[in-house]
Amino acid sequence: MTTAPPLALSVRDLAFAYPDGRQVLYGVDLDVARGERVAMLGPNGAGKTTLVLHLNGILSPGRGEVRVDGLVVGPDTRREVRRRVGIVFQDPDDQLFMPTVAEDVAFGPANLGVTGADLRRCVDRALEQVAMSGFGDRSPHHLSFGQRRRVAVATVLAMQPQILVLDEPSSNLDPASRRELADIVRSLPVSVLMVTHDLPYAAELCSRSVLLDAGQVVAARPTAELLADTELLGAHRLELPYGFEPTRLSGCYGEPVAGAARDQ
Amino acid sequence: MSGSHGDGHGDGLHVPGHTVVHHVPAHAALLGVVAFVLVVVATPATEPLAYAGYALLLGAAVVLAGLAPALVLKRMVVEVPFVVFALLVPFVAAGPRVEVLGVAVSQPGLVDAGALLAKATLGVVAAIVLSATQHPRALLLGLSRLRVPDLVVTIAGFMFRYTQVVLDEMRRMRVAREARGFEATSVRQAKVLAQSAGALFIRSYERGERVHLAMLSRGWDGAMPALTDLRRETVRRGAWLPAAVLPLAALAVLTVQLTTSRGLAP
Repeated sequence: MTTAPPLALSVRDLAFAYPDGRQVLYGVDLDVARGERVAMLGPNGAGKTTLVLHLNGILSPGRGEVRVDGLVVGPDTRREVRRRVGIVFQDPDDQLFMPTVAEDVAFGPANLGVTGADLRRCVDRALEQVAMSGFGDRSPHHLSFGQRRRVAVATVLAMQPQILVLDEPSSNLDPASRRELADIVRSLPVSVLMVTHDLPYAAELCSRSVLLDAGQVVAARPTAELLADTELLGAHRLELPYGFEPTRLSGCYGEPVAGAARDQ
Repeated sequence: MSGSHGDGHGDGLHVPGHTVVHHVPAHAALLGVVAFVLVVVATPATEPLAYAGYALLLGAAVVLAGLAPALVLKRMVVEVPFVVFALLVPFVAAGPRVEVLGVAVSQPGLVDAGALLAKATLGVVAAIVLSATQHPRALLLGLSRLRVPDLVVTIAGFMFRYTQVVLDEMRRMRVAREARGFEATSVRQAKVLAQSAGALFIRSYERGERVHLAMLSRGWDGAMPALTDLRRETVRRGAWLPAAVLPLAALAVLTVQLTTSRGLAP
């Protein structure tokens, strides 16, 4: 359990109930190694978003703990944890609240005390990472949905996180935007936890998947293996899209060139 | 190009252009408009010629800014509730009565209403010119340059950003209503509209909470970070001069008008 490099993210026995008594998480365990991309799959209402809000200390666990690169998430470490964990929320309009793209990307690092030329460099670099250089002076309102989602990713990349948490990253994206975002995620030198019920997307990007349902981890396996278990998926309201054949993916999941889809 | 003058093409009310008026720095334009409005409201109701002078000045500004008169007229609709109020004044005010079209109205009320209407119209048109020639973003920067508290500027910034999001949401709700055969034709349907407004309020409120979460996630601790480093505008020396022309000219009109009317009075 105490292997040499600390895990990028480790969640141990996490339980949580909202103040109204509604219990959502019942002892969740989850590990993400450095540089690893893990998908968190689960039907609506499984507790995925609640879990995500624990990862940077917005919610505090009732029981158990969350560690980010060895650092226990708590009131004293919140600031550092929020730098290390970059959460990209589902609706980019929630994430992009400043009048211009550049200011929005600058918001995080500026909160961390970055100023002057460093701040500008930070912003330029983050926008470059998501292929949105030159859009800095635009209003988010004038971007397409896919562009807004990419800028949302840039807003957390600017904080140079060690782990990127993407909440339903592929939702509402057209096929090209979806592929562009996948390319970007693959190019980033960070660990990724991707919360989704887009199973092919998980297969394309993540070597390992965790299935969460009713506040508990039901399975944690290599993605292709998990997706091949249609019985398990079916028991937790997950279904592969028509015609999708997970066995054809085995061995190539998460690799930079993902699968037969494009190498015909 | 006339098509591009419609609402919804630029950002907010902004009508892109490259005129003298457009190139005035935002903070100077803001000050210019405020100063002009102060001169207008300081003008006694008994000086109708001064108001005519101001109107000519503003008309010149509209022409200089290359704004279509139709656009200005269309945006003046916001003044309508005020006009209704002003029209009531002659009926409710005290004082000697005069007959206008066979109806007895208060004579001082009539003068006051006229002045009120003139002042309101001049202020509205000045604001229309300001909002059409300055990008909302530039106006926000202008406000912070004028040392308006950061909190106020931030709130204005959020308003600018989310008005657009909420308007989009409103448009989608309208389409959804109409797609199911709803047409607002009688007062009885007000209930549906009120429910829509309520739903929109709740959605906006929930969005506010999600935005707050996103802000917390990026290390926000209650104070907006200073992002001045990102603003690489430089203001030419003397660039503010055109903004001073309007209020100074208005002041000149007022002075001339007051001295001549006083000279004639005895």
